[in-house]
Amino acid sequence: MATVKSLDDLKRIREEALKKQQMKETSGKTEVIVGMGTVGIAAGARETLKTIMDMIENENLSDIIVRQTGNIGLDSFEPIVQVVLPGEEKVTYGKVNPEMARQIIKEHIIGGKIITEYQIMG
Amino acid sequence: MRELALHILDIAENSISAGADQIKISVNEDFLNDLLTITVEDNGKGMDAETLEKITDPFITSRTTRQVGLGIPFFKAAAEACDGTFQIESEVGAGTKVASVFKHSHIDRMPLGDITGTLQTLIIGTPEVNWVFEYVVDQNCFVFDDQPIKETLDGVPLSEPAVMKFIREMINEGIQDVRQKVSSTI
Repeated sequence: MATVKSLDDLKRIREEALKKQQMKETSGKTEVIVGMGTVGIAAGARETLKTIMDMIENENLSDIIVRQTGNIGLDSFEPIVQVVLPGEEKVTYGKVNPEMARQIIKEHIIGGKIITEYQIMG
Repeated sequence: MRELALHILDIAENSISAGADQIKISVNEDFLNDLLTITVEDNGKGMDAETLEKITDPFITSRTTRQVGLGIPFFKAAAEACDGTFQIESEVGAGTKVASVFKHSHIDRMPLGDITGTLQTLIIGTPEVNWVFEYVVDQNCFVFDDQPIKETLDGVPLSEPAVMKFIREMINEGIQDVRQKVSSTI
């Protein structure tokens, strides 16, 4: 018999999350955006985003906002991932497969270092 | 696309582009009548009759911004290749409903695929939309509504790691539960 998730479990999760937030300085949130238009989806954008979400879950990375958006307008570079660190310019990565997504999380989001070889546009 | 779940994701993206803030996805596996029905229903801005007529034709587009692309013709073709039907109803200012019916046992029917992955993408990635997912297998039903979750969270983001885990497990368990109930009655 599967244990049914209850909203009480979620309330506990919320309390924990709030405690963590209070301990931290409000340094702003990192944003990760994945393009999810038809071309992106066909090129594997869902798997890329899923990898990012799994990483956040497994590495317990708080204060990251994950967003998906429609077509970004660079079809031939799909899947596209954009990373915005607090107070920094948006960085756009192209043809991001799950392995590259893991690297982007580790090196850019955790380590703060842009992976220039995956970068497109500026 | 290799999974119906990817088509669902793509169709739901159209609903988001149409400005919907209520989107309901239903998957109904009816083994008794050998049918698989997928519907995506939104309260977005809708389309007029003329646009609606053009929408299933991949070679006609009136868009200026990329709101609706090849997704709908792909989905229609996928259903029709499986002795199925495709229907789209829309009303300006009220919303759009897309419904695809497949012959469940058809050899060319794509697998449902990673429904949880599709829902996670939509729910976590578009928190401003109220997502409802209904999964029916014969007479067993699982309904996921993210509204009570958001109310309980009261400002804590959905992309909080423990929250993402909660949502993922809740959907997975719901889907598994409905499937198990069905297989245990056969």
